[in-house]
Amino acid sequence: MMEKFKIDRKFWPLLVTIGLFLLLYAYGFFSYRGFSNPQVFFNLFIDNAFLLITSIGMTFVILSGGIDLSIGAVIAFTTVLSAYLSEDWGLHPLVVIPMVLLVGTLLGAVMGSIIQFFKVQPFIVTLAGMFFARGMCFVISTDAITISHPFYRTLSLFRIPLFGKTFIPINVVIFLVVLAAAIYLAHFTRFGRTVYAIGGNEQSALLMGLPVARTKVLVYTLNGFCSALAGVVFSVYMLSGYGLYTNGLELDAIASVVIGGTQLTGGVGYVAGTVFGVLIQGLIQTTIMFQGTLNSWWTKIVVGLLTLLFIMMQSAFASARRTRLAAKSIDKSADRLPVGETELVPDA
Amino acid sequence: MKPTTSLLKDLRHHSLFWPVVALLLIMLFNLLFTPGFFRLEIKDGHLFGSLVDILNRGAPLMLLAIGMTMVIATAGVDLSVGAIIAIAGAAAAVLINPALGRELVTSDKLIEDVTQTPLWLVILIPLIAATVCGLWNGILVSRANIQPMVATLVLMVAGRGIAQLITNGQIITIYYSPYFYIGGGYLFGLPFSLYIVAAVFLFAWYISRKTSVGLFVESVGTNASSSFYSGINEKNVKLLAYIFCGFCAGIAGLLISSNVKSADANNAGLWSELDAILAVVIGGTLMSGGRFSLVGSILGALIIQSMTTTIYAFGVPPEVVLVVKALVVLAVVLLYSELVKVSMDKLFEQKGVQP
Repeated sequence: MMEKFKIDRKFWPLLVTIGLFLLLYAYGFFSYRGFSNPQVFFNLFIDNAFLLITSIGMTFVILSGGIDLSIGAVIAFTTVLSAYLSEDWGLHPLVVIPMVLLVGTLLGAVMGSIIQFFKVQPFIVTLAGMFFARGMCFVISTDAITISHPFYRTLSLFRIPLFGKTFIPINVVIFLVVLAAAIYLAHFTRFGRTVYAIGGNEQSALLMGLPVARTKVLVYTLNGFCSALAGVVFSVYMLSGYGLYTNGLELDAIASVVIGGTQLTGGVGYVAGTVFGVLIQGLIQTTIMFQGTLNSWWTKIVVGLLTLLFIMMQSAFASARRTRLAAKSIDKSADRLPVGETELVPDA
Repeated sequence: MKPTTSLLKDLRHHSLFWPVVALLLIMLFNLLFTPGFFRLEIKDGHLFGSLVDILNRGAPLMLLAIGMTMVIATAGVDLSVGAIIAIAGAAAAVLINPALGRELVTSDKLIEDVTQTPLWLVILIPLIAATVCGLWNGILVSRANIQPMVATLVLMVAGRGIAQLITNGQIITIYYSPYFYIGGGYLFGLPFSLYIVAAVFLFAWYISRKTSVGLFVESVGTNASSSFYSGINEKNVKLLAYIFCGFCAGIAGLLISSNVKSADANNAGLWSELDAILAVVIGGTLMSGGRFSLVGSILGALIIQSMTTTIYAFGVPPEVVLVVKALVVLAVVLLYSELVKVSMDKLFEQKGVQP
């Protein structure tokens, strides 16, 4: 039976995610007038561009078996810093944007170094990073700062027309570039393979002679950069900087990554899945908006339950895989164990 | 080796050494720079002063820290306590005035000093709701074998939605004065909340130090599978820890909503899960589980609260507290990290040993 559709089992979670997305979209498409407008589809990208970018960074962190709770705060900090530098200091955005990107990247690098070299749990370090970045927002300004520089305005109004009346703004272009770079990085470079190896089993990655320390620091650095870039995109989107922006975004990003089929224990998952994870959340929001009578907090509940569902599914897949491997190993118990299947024995 | 050095070493290796030092440092700082910090006065038979204030305001955090200690000791973490606080507060507020949840009512009806539900139910039902939340977390962690961080993340995201569902998205103000006693009343001159904290603490301490439960928790946290093989029902130990944590968060939710006289589904207990974890970590319980210290967690909560109060006393914008907290977390985790511990030992021992 399996010979007919030769889809590798490892793609199943990804396919489930894409299937769910298509299902949700079809539901909206046939239930609501106006949903069929292609611009509704593009709006998913436009409204979630910053979340998409930062979730891609988060995917790498989770693939490596870590977690980053600081991204929402780093995005807010980037918007505040951009607004402050361009408004109060009067710097040109072309100077401001590289500066804030550098600051975000540095924050990520520092957190990564502490995680790696002091052997502190990523959870705690990035929690501190989150407090720090949020606090720094308010040290700079407790109020929202409007960005009035014409360059930002031009950027935010810049639209690339597509077929019909549809368009995409520059934010989506940035996202597409990030996505392409991330897929290349994850699946076609040594760095990407090392990230997967660390997530699979850090000890064996180390014993294989992979540059574990460097890669781990780099993963958090990359995530810092992605968050800062998402912050730049968000400041263009909102045309202001405020310390309360993107509160709790780290959870949305983690949920997107999980819904996208990446295992939170690390080592398994795809960047493309994360994109669909974000889009599914966007679709739920859009559907609830179109529906009109449901309150927006249903989004939270549905996203929470969906996350749970996907986690359950992952553990089901994982235990099915373990049973399969165990069965395989009994078949050829005389042979030595194949490499990479050391987790044959199910946990008690 | 000189005896003083070994005494110093013993002290330094005592689990409560750093928390006590930190608390003393904050107090010393206040003694020097904050005038009137240690002044206590009696007004209307109640004790007033910054110290009492710290204890009173720190009460919810201390409760959370007690519950969180148990969870972290089983090598878990509970991220949903903030959401549980919101749920408990929302439930209490809606029980006091159910009309508010669903419809708009005239303002004269709003400010009536009555409750629609008997007070004992107003207290009991939110606590049951919170305990059920804890049960849910516990089942996900112990039975569905989901990583604690992820399992509780679900309720952290969905819980605020549930709380908003209860309050219908409004911030509900409470006008029922007997309810205020829980978080703002005084008994024998001390805030009533302190007695609640003391009761919960004594219960947790008794259970974990005078019965074998504490030993079970530590053994599950150190190595869940080997505890299983030595006959400990590790699943139920974990389940109980999460239930207890949810229960503590429920009490904290009642205290907070009673103290601020309202229920805000969005902001009640916001980031309190992080504060609670921070308190536990400052108190010397390792995030990796195993040995835990309830006293340490209480000290941790007090450190966080006195730090906050100190910063407020200086008229610094409250948001700056976050930056200070971040630096404290960093300092604490670095102090506890292996690298620093080893190098500190080297530093002290070199001085002690006579060639």
